[in-house]
Amino acid sequence: MKTVIVKYNAGNIRSVQFALERIGVNGIVTDNVEEIRSADKVIFPGVGEASTAMAYLKERKLDQVIKDLQQPVLGICLGMQLMCKHSEENDTECLGIFDSNVKKFESPVANLLKIPQIGWNNITNLHSVLFEHVPENSYMYFVHSYYAALGADTIAITNYVINYSSALQKDNFYGVQFHPEKSATAGSRIIENFLNI
Amino acid sequence: MLTKRIIPCLDIKDGRTVKGINFENIRDAGDPIELGALYAAQGADELVFLDITATNERRKTLSALVTEIARHVNIPFTVGGGIASVEDVSVLLQSGADKISVNTSAFKNPGLVDELSRQFGSQCIVLAIDTRFEGDDWYVYLNGGRVKTEVKAYDWAKEAVERGAGEILLTSMNNDGTKQGFALDITGKLAQNLNVPVIASGGAGTMEHFVDVFQTAQADAALAASIFHYKEIEIPTLKNYLYQQNINMRF
Repeated sequence: MKTVIVKYNAGNIRSVQFALERIGVNGIVTDNVEEIRSADKVIFPGVGEASTAMAYLKERKLDQVIKDLQQPVLGICLGMQLMCKHSEENDTECLGIFDSNVKKFESPVANLLKIPQIGWNNITNLHSVLFEHVPENSYMYFVHSYYAALGADTIAITNYVINYSSALQKDNFYGVQFHPEKSATAGSRIIENFLNI
Repeated sequence: MLTKRIIPCLDIKDGRTVKGINFENIRDAGDPIELGALYAAQGADELVFLDITATNERRKTLSALVTEIARHVNIPFTVGGGIASVEDVSVLLQSGADKISVNTSAFKNPGLVDELSRQFGSQCIVLAIDTRFEGDDWYVYLNGGRVKTEVKAYDWAKEAVERGAGEILLTSMNNDGTKQGFALDITGKLAQNLNVPVIASGGAGTMEHFVDVFQTAQADAALAASIFHYKEIEIPTLKNYLYQQNINMRF
């Protein structure tokens, strides 16, 4: 099996590669179109800012490449957000794979809500093969200021003052807002589930 | 619901874990990678590695160590100690660190905080403050607690958050090493007035101290070293106890 991690101007690629290594999988980090197209599994990671990441993808025509992929694709954090329709982060048009928009957390009362959300939060209403043997209310590690709204593609819900999509799925495309590569054994299980699709 | 976090801190010198009592009398407490992975397996929510190596080789050794930590540890970790430039941060993040912490260098050049948060995002920039209560207020100390400043800890924390720091790691020098509890007043002032998470550090001796820092001061996370290294309090026992006190914990 060939597992590719899409290389672009966003962080945490190393962490994803190490998480794969810990379960005995070699993740190839590449921005080569043919390598990506020929992979069995594609991981689209991301820590960074939406508009610069989208500009980078467009410049290398990776935006269309990702949209056209037929094999299972897993977006992580910013990767997931870029797979949505639109992000409020610098008013960015995204890939439009998931039927959700990305909005900024807003504190209902000053200082009630710390932004970014940093830490472990639980995932609920799990319904996807991605969560096989992952119990309801499992804790995952989140670091983000923007969130994907609930919608038809929501496969997991998390609450941070409001309920939002902590995971999305549309056909062969999967996305998680949290960092499975940093979420201890529960996160590792999700990565394994993705690789087993 | 977002949980409170328990963070073991590992001081690193020449690739080994050490812990200073009141920043002095350093004792060896083992191999950082092994210890880090052990804490992760026991349920630690994050780890902090503070490098106190002072040799010319330190940068290279540290980035190699960070790579090995990232390879073996499956929870987030922060690296700090002597980080002074965008280049330092870039190397450490690329090596696999999730966050970096800056202290003295940021105080001396506050623009560094703006630059780092712009380039790497606020979420990976932790501002560490060493503070001591003197006379009327808590003041910022630099260089591992050796140099006093005239700036109040709250004022510096507030400024740093405005410049883009994503988290504050606050160490009370009065409390550090005493095992008499965290500094609840200054921790509470920061945690309740700044809209970024505050990690309380210095003074943990009993499980009750953690209850106090989470419930009274409303800290977002608590950091400790020696009580974990010398197994005075085990992480699973601590987390169970806190959960029973209605403090949200991850299991």
